[in-house]
Amino acid sequence: MTDVNDRQVDALVAAADDGVDCDGLRVRRGEDGYRFETPDGAETGLEESALRSVAAENPWFVSNWYCWREVDRPEVETAFLRWLESADDRSVPDRYEALADGVEASWGELAVEVALGGDGRRTYAVRHEEDADRPVGELEVYADPLSARELVTYDDRGRYRPLKTAPTLQTGWALLDLDGRSLVRAVDVVYPATVTNWHLERQGELDVSHWRETMERQTGIYGVIRTWDRGEGYEHVNWVAEACCDDSQCLKRREWEYDDDTDLDVDGGDGAFPCREPCSLVVAAARQWTKLEGEQPQTYEFELTPSEKEQVEAIIDTVADGEAGEIREADVYEGANRYRARFLRAKRFDEEGRLGGVSTDD
Amino acid sequence: MQSLVIVAHGSHLNPDASTPTYDHADTVREAGVFDEVRTAFWKEEPSFREALRTVQAEEVYVVPLFISEGYFTEQVIPRELRLDDWDEEAWDSDGTSATHATLEATDVGKTVHYCGPVGTHDAMSDVIVRRAETVTGDPDVGERSDSPNSRASRTESDGEVGLAVVGHGTERNENSAKAIEYHADRIADRDRFEEVRALFMDEDPEVDDVTDFFESDDIVVVPLFVADGYHTQEDIPEDMGLTDDYRTGWETPAEVDGHDVWYAGAVGTEALMAEVILERAAEAGADVGDAVETVRRRTRVAGTDAGTGAGAGTGD
Repeated sequence: MTDVNDRQVDALVAAADDGVDCDGLRVRRGEDGYRFETPDGAETGLEESALRSVAAENPWFVSNWYCWREVDRPEVETAFLRWLESADDRSVPDRYEALADGVEASWGELAVEVALGGDGRRTYAVRHEEDADRPVGELEVYADPLSARELVTYDDRGRYRPLKTAPTLQTGWALLDLDGRSLVRAVDVVYPATVTNWHLERQGELDVSHWRETMERQTGIYGVIRTWDRGEGYEHVNWVAEACCDDSQCLKRREWEYDDDTDLDVDGGDGAFPCREPCSLVVAAARQWTKLEGEQPQTYEFELTPSEKEQVEAIIDTVADGEAGEIREADVYEGANRYRARFLRAKRFDEEGRLGGVSTDD
Repeated sequence: MQSLVIVAHGSHLNPDASTPTYDHADTVREAGVFDEVRTAFWKEEPSFREALRTVQAEEVYVVPLFISEGYFTEQVIPRELRLDDWDEEAWDSDGTSATHATLEATDVGKTVHYCGPVGTHDAMSDVIVRRAETVTGDPDVGERSDSPNSRASRTESDGEVGLAVVGHGTERNENSAKAIEYHADRIADRDRFEEVRALFMDEDPEVDDVTDFFESDDIVVVPLFVADGYHTQEDIPEDMGLTDDYRTGWETPAEVDGHDVWYAGAVGTEALMAEVILERAAEAGADVGDAVETVRRRTRVAGTDAGTGAGAGTGD
């Protein structure tokens, strides 16, 4: 439960001169005394002592107002913190009952828990969503939001994560007892600029740079990419988006399209936060594809059994889905099993590693 | 309210590329003179494109953690930060003399004091010398042993120590070599080291032949790179003959052609770099109080990490 304390009531009385309006609580000082209003009703003509009493009887409303006015926050921070506890959608009593048990919100792979601290303040805890039900004792606990920096550098397999919004955030850690400012900082370390862009989007002010303008902006070794757009459609960009921007690869929701008039045909994903332009990984990959896609198709003639053709498909699927490491050593029923792949290579490659003995250049 | 954004290259492949940027940002943050200290990267996140929008202040000092003026500092960074009124004349530089220019970032409407790269700042000469001290573990390296300041020297060569400042070279950018030569000349003028040479990876005089350019028994080699990666941890050590295979590491010092070669990792990893960042921002008008002195003092005791471990991966 939340007790209203003298500091909060003092602040409320002081603020009543200018008027208070927060999540259903309205307080103001008029010529005939104070008016105190919640969605449950209004009391008017109150002396200061009566205002103090009625405030004390509505601790949730008062503490909620106090919590949101107390810190001089940037608008984006307030918006995000309020969104975490659904402040715009749930009534104060409803929210406070939920906060007593902790409110969970999701941001990418992060599970954010909001709880009530002393004096009506919120405290925040953040961890990987897969760790949401694990006891804190099993997790590495951090207090400094900047310590999240080392957590985001490597995945659970110890591999470098070049894309912060890839769904490969490592598990096994928690940041506890954060205030709102630190929570937003931590989220910004894990998923940089996502809160800001989410907020801009909610304001209707997200500045999206589509594929065409992004590639036309490139210079140096990336300047070549613009030659990939040949005015012959945008199918190649569909392929890029399917390869790189699918939810299985990146948790941002792609909002950029081919250009202002032409949407891509692939799904942008369901992420909470938007992607406003092709990122540096997409640009770097697009440079390589621009070079590779300059080649003309050729007809090659190989012999494969039906099972071998399916095996080639299985290998491509497995690599594309990042599942090669999960195929068990002796699971020879999987086409992408190592022994199966080695058998296929032994049978179908010549000494120079050419499939079917067919030269690439002929 | 004033904010600092340190902009650097970063890497898709090498996790160590951003480490110095974060380390120096932490040092500047601890100095407490900026309300916010943020980082942004060409290859990592937040990107140059999205960094300024995460900053609260209306007045932002942007310091490029790059070695020389050139493609990145003159084209990529201003473009990506949307400093629309930028042009290459704004710095009025001869290739190593850029200080700052004040512009507006048009997407966020903030005032950006866009500083010259850390690598060409005069204070960078001090960082190179500090790096030589760190790698030899000798705060008086190069000083004559008969000088009153000299302590017992690990280099034990009567103070006759040569210093090689190593850069990438002019492959893409002539200012890259200018920055190396600029600092080599400045350090030579101090008469501390017996010999000071500017050497390069891909042009003469080449670092491969490092021992040809020195008479001194001890040679300290400091690469003017921002981060450790392929060049500093694989190429240069092998090219100089410190080791046949970078993966097995090398001795510090390593004996090459009868010289003791003390090889330092990238100068950008030296803690004193944080001071250069502060100097850049201060010249552009930031109020940094006595933070420059504080950082100089704090980083002096930063130990003797010679940074000789084998590097991981390559930059891109």
